[in-house]
Amino acid sequence: MDHLDQLEQQSVFILREAYRHFDRLCMLWSIGKDSTVLLWLARKAFLGHVPFPLVHIDTSYKLPEMIAYRDRLAMEYKLTMIVGQDAASIAAGNTFPATKDLPADDPRKLTRKQCCGLLKSGALKATLHGSGVRKRLDLATGKYEIEPDSEPYTGVIVGARADEEGSRSKERYFSPRDKNNAWDVGDQPPEFWNQFKTDFAPNTHVRIHPLLDWTELNIWEYIKREAIPTVSLYYDQGDGKRYRSLGCGPCQSPIDSTSRNVDDIIAELKSGALKNIAERGGRAQDQEGRGGLEDLRKDGYM
Amino acid sequence: MSVAGPDPKREAAESTHVESRPQMNIVIVGHVDHGKSTLVGRLLADTGSLPQGKLDKVKRECARTGKPFEYAFLLDALEDEQDQGITIDTARCFFKTAARDYIIIDAPGHIEFLKNMISGAARAEAALLMIDAKEGVRENSRRHGWILGMLGIRQVVVCVNKMDLVGYSQAAFDAIEKEYRAFLTGIGAVSPKAFVPIAAITGENLTQRSQAMGWYRGDTVLDMLDGFAKQPPKIALPLRMPVQAIYKFTEHGDDRRVIAGRIETGKVQVGDEVVFSPSNKSATIRSIEGFNAAPRASIEAGWSTGFTLSEEIYVTRGEVMSHKAHAPMVGTRFRANLIWLGRTPMTQGRDYKLKLHTSAIPVRIRKLNKVLDASRLDGELAKDHVGRHDVADVVLETAKPIAFDLSRENDGTGRFVIVDGYDVAGGGIIVESVTDEQDTLRSEARMRDFSWIPGGVTAAERAQRNGHRAALVMFLGKPQVGKHRYARALEKALFDDGKNPYLLDGTNVLLGVDHDLSAEATQDELVRRFGEVAYLILNAGAIVVSTTNAIGMADYGAVQALIGGNPSIAVEVDPTGRSTAACDLRIKGTESEAEVIAKVVTLLKQRQVFSA
Repeated sequence: MDHLDQLEQQSVFILREAYRHFDRLCMLWSIGKDSTVLLWLARKAFLGHVPFPLVHIDTSYKLPEMIAYRDRLAMEYKLTMIVGQDAASIAAGNTFPATKDLPADDPRKLTRKQCCGLLKSGALKATLHGSGVRKRLDLATGKYEIEPDSEPYTGVIVGARADEEGSRSKERYFSPRDKNNAWDVGDQPPEFWNQFKTDFAPNTHVRIHPLLDWTELNIWEYIKREAIPTVSLYYDQGDGKRYRSLGCGPCQSPIDSTSRNVDDIIAELKSGALKNIAERGGRAQDQEGRGGLEDLRKDGYM
Repeated sequence: MSVAGPDPKREAAESTHVESRPQMNIVIVGHVDHGKSTLVGRLLADTGSLPQGKLDKVKRECARTGKPFEYAFLLDALEDEQDQGITIDTARCFFKTAARDYIIIDAPGHIEFLKNMISGAARAEAALLMIDAKEGVRENSRRHGWILGMLGIRQVVVCVNKMDLVGYSQAAFDAIEKEYRAFLTGIGAVSPKAFVPIAAITGENLTQRSQAMGWYRGDTVLDMLDGFAKQPPKIALPLRMPVQAIYKFTEHGDDRRVIAGRIETGKVQVGDEVVFSPSNKSATIRSIEGFNAAPRASIEAGWSTGFTLSEEIYVTRGEVMSHKAHAPMVGTRFRANLIWLGRTPMTQGRDYKLKLHTSAIPVRIRKLNKVLDASRLDGELAKDHVGRHDVADVVLETAKPIAFDLSRENDGTGRFVIVDGYDVAGGGIIVESVTDEQDTLRSEARMRDFSWIPGGVTAAERAQRNGHRAALVMFLGKPQVGKHRYARALEKALFDDGKNPYLLDGTNVLLGVDHDLSAEATQDELVRRFGEVAYLILNAGAIVVSTTNAIGMADYGAVQALIGGNPSIAVEVDPTGRSTAACDLRIKGTESEAEVIAKVVTLLKQRQVFSA
């Protein structure tokens, strides 16, 4: 058993525990490399099946390639694919991209973080809770239809990794969130060995993190080993740039890199060339003010 | 559509080979201010694991403000940077040596963060325990030493830090080693691999041998770390696989029935006969199931896997799969060492939930042997409860028999947590099994089941034809309270509903099977024979409805021990309304037969004896 095997087996164990303990379980799929590895691990755990819905929050600013890739895999893997969106804010132009050219003192102007708060955290909360519209991919027609099920999800599987960003390193494998989705970083339950918090009060939910021990390098090594399909945005298409972390178009920027495939990325990460650059460095919302992602996460962000 | 990356169908097999670097999780523990942060800062700096320019920047900042530079400042600086989204965080630090990658898991020294210390240490494979040479052994030196032992971390090195403050004195070092070793021996905790005299602040004996302490002949801390053995999966131990779930994804067009779980220890191969405890059911491994993995004929410790069996037996989550010759213990009582973290104390007479491997079951304290103040651990507290942060030696009793091992023999099936309400409030290890009243009968039943010669029709086939599994419904209570009347009515109702029930009247067993027993025959033997007879009829697939005066509520546990994993329901008929015996349904004897039948049928459905 090598190190990747150990990581894989622990993640499979965690996924099976989650499936056992939560009747209302879902997995968040951002279409990025981490949650796609997570989806693959679910197929490992459940022998080729994915017995719970995948939830994607579509801010409408995702690159079209990501959406096409999502639907292709959903059809191929026969996923229960649920998509949520803050359609009202988008329609009203209540977003950072729609207001960024307004004068600085205009009350309608939204910061990047406020925009994340609506289109990501807010839409996620509403979709998980069921108060927001859930759309489901009809595997027969390939079209999205309104999903009648609006029961809240009580277990939410998330692809957060401890090495990715400071606040995520404080997570447990099973991490409770209160009824407002808030995360009490200072008072988390103890986690002895592989006994997780699987009992929870009504109106609360638990976030489950099977990838906590994986590093960015491990993710790419696993993508190579298992030949997991990924979006081309991660690779240099000839202009010497690639995305290291995927978010919304207006708030992300590529890094300088000539990695054209998985092998190149693994070599690049092993060489230490990216050691001094934060993985989410291309995500503009993290850089806005102190607290950054931890503030967003306390409020329910992934 | 532009989707890049490897395509499983096109990629050649050999190109997916990945050589991943070995990694080890270590935890640094010890009393607050004994130098954990300095050690971590120093290790990061000396192994070149800091972001570029970080060290110089902090040094310049110290020079500017006139503060003497300390390596612990590096961690504060990293924490500040975390606000700005930089990757390194003090909760987990990464560094590497030529040998492998390390993750240092943060384990706060402050008592308020004991939950975090345990969560961090529970994931570690090895530990460094810091003791301040000047302050000596303190409260959390002791508490953390005990916890490392309980968590099963066997590779521990004690760093006696701040040797510069005691003039690099060998005598001071020896005194601490002597005191701390004696303490650990006294509480039966893990024996450290070594003690190293260090001065983290100047790096003495961290990555390079100290000139100031020529008397020390051992390795540096970094060499010690590289010398920690990666714990191999425990393949040599007897097979243990706690059943995590039974999967059947028929709605996805898959008719495999897979027994899923992680193999904690040992190995197993296709064709092996395996047994499940506590139900004592046995079967043969037909296949090992996986996804996107090569087919395999055997599998071993460490793998989260799944099996199909040659026979469809009814097993549930919480049972432990093993080979017959080396099965785990089964019982309701064991002695344990535990630590309590709950805000509400753990008290006798209250029900908690025990989570042990994959089983979850109500549990109580049967006996409180002693309670220790976890900060001293050498004197008993006069307490009748286990308070927050206390350590206790207890006998626990579960509501039903479970499979377990002693933690020193097999820690995966020998350690547990206790849930109070919604929260994990304590954790511990099993140190000894304790006999209960049913142990003899339970071993008899196990020997019987392990050697059982099966017929040509399986239990699953019988269940298929009958439309239900076998089950036992016992009507218990004093003579003349209506047991027989209810039992007859239930038998008839089940029969009319197309089921296969059988009324086992205790009198009939007395007249025949017990005919040779003299009047002085022990109650135990009457119960044993009744249980064995019931077991035979259960094996024929029937729902046994029994009524007897010979067997009372007190004997119900004995009967349960004899009928193995078959579901059973105890209905007590008690006109007085004063009984407090544990039963599944209590009635007064004035209820209508239809009402009682409806309640029993609900219970049978809950136990999955039948669904309609």
